[in-house]
Amino acid sequence: MAQEVNKNEWPSWEVCIRSKAGLDHKHAGSLHAADAQMAIENARDVYTRRMEGVSIWVVESKYIHASDPDESSSMYDPANDKVYRHPTFYNLPDELTHM
Amino acid sequence: MRIPMNERLLYTLQIADNALILGHRLSEWCGHGPVLEQDIALTNIALDHLGQARSLYQYAAAQFNELPAEQKQPIFSSPALQQNINAGAEIDEDDLAYLRDGWDFKNVLLTEQPNKDWGYTVVRSFFYDTFNYFFYTELQKSSDETLAAIAEKSLKEVTYHMRWSSEWVIRLGDGTEESHKRIQEAVNDRWAFTGELFNMGQVDKAMLANNVGVDLNKIKPFWQESIEAVMNEATLSTPANNWMQEGGKEGRHTEYLGYLLAELQFMQRAYPNMEW
Repeated sequence: MAQEVNKNEWPSWEVCIRSKAGLDHKHAGSLHAADAQMAIENARDVYTRRMEGVSIWVVESKYIHASDPDESSSMYDPANDKVYRHPTFYNLPDELTHM
Repeated sequence: MRIPMNERLLYTLQIADNALILGHRLSEWCGHGPVLEQDIALTNIALDHLGQARSLYQYAAAQFNELPAEQKQPIFSSPALQQNINAGAEIDEDDLAYLRDGWDFKNVLLTEQPNKDWGYTVVRSFFYDTFNYFFYTELQKSSDETLAAIAEKSLKEVTYHMRWSSEWVIRLGDGTEESHKRIQEAVNDRWAFTGELFNMGQVDKAMLANNVGVDLNKIKPFWQESIEAVMNEATLSTPANNWMQEGGKEGRHTEYLGYLLAELQFMQRAYPNMEW
């Protein structure tokens, strides 16, 4: 039934925006569009109208594969007690400032 | 060479009126777009047009205020505006938008035609945006620095407008059987309003002679070529009729402009000088 309702809707797209040259594209939100070109234009109109960006990536939402929230304890909890994975045990020379 | 002030003012107003009237028409879609994303897209475009109209009205008002009193008198015949002028007041952009009656508006008839449906709205924009793109491209070379600067700034916006409306023409024309049928109908119905875009009136001729204005005969073949390329891709046919409507540039409008202005101007007419 849910599929019947969605049959005439445009597919959903995820939008990533680069706020300025040199920075990463960051996820900004999602929208509906008939194809990739329209998705980019809709993203331009919806997400960059207040000078938020200089570059846009779009990907159809169905191509995003996500981890299962039910598995999060086995996926992420084991990292909690592995402090040695942070590179915090090195003695840095004082001259090194941008670390 | 001395450039006639009145004609430069009227030339500025022609461009400004096209921007205001089309911008207002597009703004009528606000909150009614077929999908949220397109509602926002169209509202953005409407605001681009209003922004262009504002720059041009500010320039037109400045030109008007510099005229000697006896030259001011015959330019407008709208009573509400005349009343202010006779009282010796300077005019501003709002006066030009809100206090002129239909016959003082010089926009082409195409821009005032009703939205009707999405297809008609897209077609009207498609014809006008394509014209506007070539028009502003040429106007950038104007010997009038203000007009050239406005053209340069506006062209970036207009380039996107043209891309937006052309794509929708292709999408609907090359879409479903129904979308094809309906947008072809819109093309056929609005076609008769495209000729006026290239009419060289007295004001256009005078401004061209002074290197201020654009030679509309020069941009016509560019427009035709561009329109045909998009229509071919959209599997649409160009109407065969060559009989064209005209009159807007001389202040003779279709009945639709009156209703449009009634809504646009109501607040200022009912509550003069009100602000909010």
